[in-house]
Amino acid sequence: MVTLPAAEAPARGAMTPEPYRVAARTQETADTRTLVLEPLGAPVLPAAGQFNMLYAFGIGEVPISTSGDPALEGPLVHTIRAVGAVTEALCASEPGAVIGVRGPFGTSWPLAEAEGADLVIVAGGIGLAPLRPAVYHALAHRDAYGAFCLLVGARTPGDLLYSQELEGWRGRFDAEVGVTVDSAVGEWRGRVGVVSRLIPDAAFDPGSAVALVVGPEIMMTFTARALLERGIPKERIYLSMERNMRCGLGHCGHCQLGPMLICRDGPVFRYDEIEALMEVREL
Amino acid sequence: MHTLDELLAESPVFAGLEPDQLEFIAGCAQNVAFEQGRRLFREDDPADTFYLVRRGRVALSTHVSARGDVTIETIEPGEIVGWSWLFPPYTWHFDARAVEDVGAVAFDGACLRGKCEADHALGYELMRRFAQVMIDRLQHTRMLLLDVYGHASRS
Repeated sequence: MVTLPAAEAPARGAMTPEPYRVAARTQETADTRTLVLEPLGAPVLPAAGQFNMLYAFGIGEVPISTSGDPALEGPLVHTIRAVGAVTEALCASEPGAVIGVRGPFGTSWPLAEAEGADLVIVAGGIGLAPLRPAVYHALAHRDAYGAFCLLVGARTPGDLLYSQELEGWRGRFDAEVGVTVDSAVGEWRGRVGVVSRLIPDAAFDPGSAVALVVGPEIMMTFTARALLERGIPKERIYLSMERNMRCGLGHCGHCQLGPMLICRDGPVFRYDEIEALMEVREL
Repeated sequence: MHTLDELLAESPVFAGLEPDQLEFIAGCAQNVAFEQGRRLFREDDPADTFYLVRRGRVALSTHVSARGDVTIETIEPGEIVGWSWLFPPYTWHFDARAVEDVGAVAFDGACLRGKCEADHALGYELMRRFAQVMIDRLQHTRMLLLDVYGHASRS
């Protein structure tokens, strides 16, 4: 029997979308945009790993993780891949357009708990977006952590998010940044192969490291296995899960995964809490 | 300065072999270097050599009409390039190119096949180790076939 904690709804913006104006829109890849959203009311400060429900008025609402610097109060930053009607509408929002925002919702990355440990961040595809706030935080508090490894996988070089920032992080002497793509044409001189292949050679101490992983679920499964093989225990591997989140408050049940409601109990889970549920095909 | 058998003993694929076996294998090996952009081998050419990469990066690619050369995998230091020398018709299935300046140990496949025929214990040990390399690559290829990022909706 699993006892679930009581839902802790945000004080405002929980059920009624708050208006935000699109202050800037950046094209990241062919189908992905980053929106900077300025609050027309009081700002909220989401923690790294949390998500908001973004509402394209008249079309619908989708859960999108925050991807901005968690230390900056004010504008929200969301990176969105156009994969359906709502996300296409959000990606098409011009600066000046107003969209609705509910949130922030969900659990966050255990950045305070990981202090003193090596930090291993593994991102697949657009999974780098929910991890970018953790990267910002760790690099801004670099002395609080041991080794810092950021391992990024993408489908092709053209699908890499935040490529200029990646170059900047890679240029630091106190960070290891590994990038690989599934296939490449042309002048790509980096690695080609799955992201989990970067794990055996990454410079971290599995005896102390904490791993944060986001990507498609199958990628997270392979990555978790590779991290376990390296010696990081399940209790120090964290994943961000995705399901059909609708209310964001744990009321509607759309995002149920066994006894868990992803919007309320997640999206960030410890691997030992979620591993068995990920293996149930019916879920 | 390391001898070739000492270098081989440090590589994952040959680690743990008996000293006489390493010396035996080193007899079929030599150090080689490829400048960035140089080709190690070309698809359909005779596969009479394989390589242990010591430094640099090697790209395995194939030519796809209308797309050009598509890199399907890169090989990093400590890893093996090529197993087509093990099986008939002993021809390469892909192109291999040095993405960076590469230092490698090159092995004469025919020489090694002959030694494996003469010493079945060595042959079994090498086959076992190459089978592991092939299984690892096969699993990675299967993961790539899933095209996980192409179907992902994660935001």
